[in-house]
Amino acid sequence: MPILELRDITKIFPGVRANDGVSLRLERGEIVALLGENGAGKSTLMNVVYGLMAPDGGEVFVDGAQVHIKTPRDAIALGIGMVHQHFMLVQTLTVTENIILGHEPSRFGVIDLVSARSKVSDLSTRYGLKVDPDERVADLSVGMQQRVEILKALFQGARILILDEPTAVLTPQEVRELFGVVRSLVAEGLSVVLITHKLDEVMGVADRVVVMRDGRVVGETTPAETDQVGLARMMVGRDVVLSVDKAPSKPGETVLEVRDLAVLDDRRLEALRCISLVVRAGEVVGIAGVDGNGQRELVEAIVGLRKPTSGSISLRGKDITHAAPHATIHAGVSHVPEDRQRRGLVLEFDLAENLVLGDQSDAPYASAGIMHGRVIDETARERIADYDVRTPSIRVLAGNLSGGNQQKLVLAREMGRDPDLLVAAQPTRGLDVGAIEFVHRRILAERDSGKAILLVSMELDEIMSLSDRILVMYEGRVAAELSSEEADAERIGYFMTGGSNKDGAPLQKPATTVAEGGAS
Amino acid sequence: MSETHEASVVRENLWMKALRTAGVPLLSVVLAMIIGSIIIKASGMDPLLAWGALLKGAFGSPDKWAAGNFREFGDTIGRATPLAFAGLALAFGFRANLFNIGANGQLLLGSITAAWLGLVLAGLPGVLSIPMILIGSALAGAAWAFIPAILKAKVGAHEVITTMMFSWIGLYLTSWIIAAPLKDAAGNSQTPMLAQSVWLPTFDKILPGLFRTPVNAHLGFVIAVVLAVVVWWVLKRTTLGYGVRAVGFNQWAAQNGGISIAKTTVYALCISGALAGLAGASEVLGTNHRMFDEVSAGSGFGFTGIAVALLAKSHPVAVVFSALLFGALSAGAGMMQLTANVSDRIIMIVQALIIFFVGAETVITWFIKRRQKRALEEKGATDVA
Ligand SMILES: Nc1ncnc2c1ncn2[C@@H]1O[C@H](COP(=O)(O)OP(=O)(O)OP(=O)(O)O)[C@@H](O)[C@H]1O
Ligand SMILES: [Mg+2]
Repeated sequence: MPILELRDITKIFPGVRANDGVSLRLERGEIVALLGENGAGKSTLMNVVYGLMAPDGGEVFVDGAQVHIKTPRDAIALGIGMVHQHFMLVQTLTVTENIILGHEPSRFGVIDLVSARSKVSDLSTRYGLKVDPDERVADLSVGMQQRVEILKALFQGARILILDEPTAVLTPQEVRELFGVVRSLVAEGLSVVLITHKLDEVMGVADRVVVMRDGRVVGETTPAETDQVGLARMMVGRDVVLSVDKAPSKPGETVLEVRDLAVLDDRRLEALRCISLVVRAGEVVGIAGVDGNGQRELVEAIVGLRKPTSGSISLRGKDITHAAPHATIHAGVSHVPEDRQRRGLVLEFDLAENLVLGDQSDAPYASAGIMHGRVIDETARERIADYDVRTPSIRVLAGNLSGGNQQKLVLAREMGRDPDLLVAAQPTRGLDVGAIEFVHRRILAERDSGKAILLVSMELDEIMSLSDRILVMYEGRVAAELSSEEADAERIGYFMTGGSNKDGAPLQKPATTVAEGGAS
Repeated sequence: MSETHEASVVRENLWMKALRTAGVPLLSVVLAMIIGSIIIKASGMDPLLAWGALLKGAFGSPDKWAAGNFREFGDTIGRATPLAFAGLALAFGFRANLFNIGANGQLLLGSITAAWLGLVLAGLPGVLSIPMILIGSALAGAAWAFIPAILKAKVGAHEVITTMMFSWIGLYLTSWIIAAPLKDAAGNSQTPMLAQSVWLPTFDKILPGLFRTPVNAHLGFVIAVVLAVVVWWVLKRTTLGYGVRAVGFNQWAAQNGGISIAKTTVYALCISGALAGLAGASEVLGTNHRMFDEVSAGSGFGFTGIAVALLAKSHPVAVVFSALLFGALSAGAGMMQLTANVSDRIIMIVQALIIFFVGAETVITWFIKRRQKRALEEKGATDVA
C-alpha cells in the first residue's frame, strides 16, 4: 500500500491551471523525484499535500485512507513534513526555538527549552545533521538553515518528507551531505518526494521519477531506464543541449577594474583583502569558490551596495568606488543578485513594476517624476515573452510566480537593460534545464556583442562552460587565475579549498602573483 | 497571449483584491458593532434603538433632508475632515513602512501656523490668503517631521521614538505660544478669533440652494477628498510613489534598484508631516476659526488618524471612507446618549474594537476561512445526501 497517494489533484489560479488532474504515488522507503519545467506545478502540488493550498479537486490518501488536509497542522499530524523552496524560518530565533515553534514542549505551562534542546541534538547526531542548537538562524549559512528545516520536520515526526528544490542553494559538498542524510532517512523507513532541476541528482538518488509539464503528469520512469538527456526531453518536450559550445573570446578594452579592494562583511570582519581583478569587454570572467569566501562582498562592492574600506573600482576608467546603486546602474552595471526574493524582486509588486525597477526614474519609463505606464507595460510584455516568463498577465504579482519564473524575471530585467557590465550571481539558480540552456546562450551572446560579464556561481560546471577566465576565491583573495583551457574541476577544487590539502605547499605566494597578473 | 484573456485575468484579480482588502475592515466594523450591541444589551438598554439613534445623530432623517436641513450629516463630515487629513498622513507613512506616531505634533504646528498666518493675512482676500495659509501649515508640519526624518535616515533613530518626542515638544511649544505671544485678549487657552475672510466656507455658503440651513461641513472636506486622489495618484504613478512603495515592501530590493532608502524616508515622513499640518489648518480655518490649546482641549486627531489609516489599510481613497465612519460614530454618539440613554463611551469601545479587529487580521481571516470551510462541508454533506 502506498504511504501517500494523490488522485486527480486540480488547482486553479486566476488564468492558470497549475495542477490539472495530477495523480502520484509514493511507497514506503521510496525516493520519488518530481521533475518539470519552471511553472509546471510541482511546488503547487506539494503545497496542496502540505495543506498550504486548498485544491479545487482531487483526493489525497495516506496509508490507504482518504484524508482532508486543510492546514499544515493537519499534514504534520499525518506525518508529512516539507522543506520549502524559499525557507520559512524566523531569522531572529535560535535553531532550537525555530524547530519547536508551533510544537513547543511544555512543563507546567512553561516552554521546556532544555528537553527540546536535547531532543534536537539527539536528532541531529542520529541523522548526521550537524548544527548548533543555540545559534541564531540569521547567522547560519543557507546550507545550515536547510538542515534546520529538515530537523524541524523530523522533530514534528515526519514519515513523508517533501523537499522542494533543496539543492538549489547548496554547495556541492553540502549537496553530498544532504543526500547522505536523505539516504539514512530512507533506510529508517521514511519516504521522500524530491523536487529538483538537477538531473544528475535525480539519476543519483531517485528510485522513481515523475515528470510534470503544464500542470499534468506527462511521464514516469526510473533512473535505470533513462539518462539525463532522456529526462530533459521528457521535461521540456524537445531535445535539450546540456552543454554549450562557445567560440573563443575576443576580449577588448578593460571595462571593470578592481584594484586592491578591501571590504568588510556584515559582522565587520575583513571579507575581501586587497583583491584585484579586471573584466574586459567581450569576456566572461567566472568567480569560483566555496560559498562565503568573499564572493558576495565583492559583488556588493562593485554594484554599490557595500562600501569598500580601501582600494578602488572603476568602470571604463570612471571611478565608481563609492558610487551608490543608482550611480552604478547609470554607469552601465547590471546586477543579478544571488537572492532573488530579498535583493532581486519586490514580491508585492506586479511583473511590470518589477521589470522597471532600476530604471524607474529614467526615460522612456518616466519623465519629470511621472511614470509612463504604457511604455512600462509594453516593455514588460516584450521582456516576458523574450525570457519566457510563464504567467497569464503582467499584472500578476511577482510573489505569485513559480520560483524559476521569478528568477527569469530578474534576468529579463537585468540583461534586458543592455548593460556594459553584467554582474551575475547564481544566475541560473532554480531554473529548469531548458531555461539554463537559454540563459547560458544569452550570456554568451552578450559576451559576443562586447559586454563584460562577471559570473559568480557555485556550479562549477556553469563556471567552466561559460568562463573565458576563472578566478578562484579563497578567504577573500584571488587564490588562482586559470584560463578556460587550464581549468578542470580538480584544479579549481584544489585552489577552492586553500590548496593545502594536496601537498601542503603554501598558497599565498603563487596566489598573489597570479592575482596581480590578472590585474595588469 | 490574447489581450482579452489578460484583461479578464486582471479584472478577476481586481475583484478578488478588492474583496480581500475591503473584507477584513468591513468585517471588523461589523464584529465591533455586534460586540458593542452585546455590551449595550448587557447594560439593560436596547441596541437597536441605540444604533438607530446613532444613525439619526450622524445622518439626520429624510424629513429634515427634504427641508434642506443637513445639520447632522454636516456634523459627520465636519468631524471626518481632520481625521481624513490625519489618516492620509499616517497612511502615506505606512506605505513607506514608517509609523508616524507623532503626527499630532505636526498637526499642532500646522494649527498654530494657520492661527498665526490667519491673523497676519486677514487683510487679503480669501482666495489669496487661504492657499497661502494652507501651504504655510503644510510646510510647518513637514518641518516638524523633518528632524525625525533626518535622524532616521542618517543614524537610524526609530521614528516611533523621535516623532513621539517631537509630538510632545510640539504640544508644549504651541501651548506656550497660545499662552503668550498669540494670546487671545478675552480668554486664556485660545488664539484670537480669525477674520471671516480666512474661514474655509461651509457647504451652506458654497451651495446655498442645497444646504438651506447652516452646517459644519466645510471646504476642507473637499480639499481632503481631492488630496486623497492626489496621494493615490502620487503613490501609483510617480517615481516618488514607486520608491515609497518599493522601500515599504522590500527595502533590500529597492536599494538594489537604485532607490535611496534615506531620501525616500525623508520625503515620505515630510509628506506625512505636511498632510498632518493640513489637518491642523483645516480645523483652524474651517471649524474653530482659532486654535485651542491642545493641552486642555486634547482633541488628538493625529492619534485617531492612526486608527483611520489602519482601518483603510493605508489606501488613500479608503481613508476618506474610514474617516467618515469615525466621523459618523463621533457625531452620532450624542444622540445615542440622549435618545437611548447609552453612554457615548460605548462608541469609544466600538472604535477601539474596530482597531483591535483590523490589527488582529489573522483572527478575521481565520473567521472567514472557518465560514468558508463550514460552507464547503455543508455543501459536501448535501452532495452526499
Ligand atoms: N499563489 C499563486 N497565485 C497565482 N498563481 C500561482 C500561485 N502560485 C503558483 N502560481 C502559478 O501556478 C503555476 C505553477 O507554479 P509552481 O510554483 O507550482 O511551479 P513549479 O513547478 O514549482 O516551478 P519552479 O520550478 O519554477 O519552482 C505557475 O504558473 C505559477 O505562476
Ligand atoms: Mg517551485
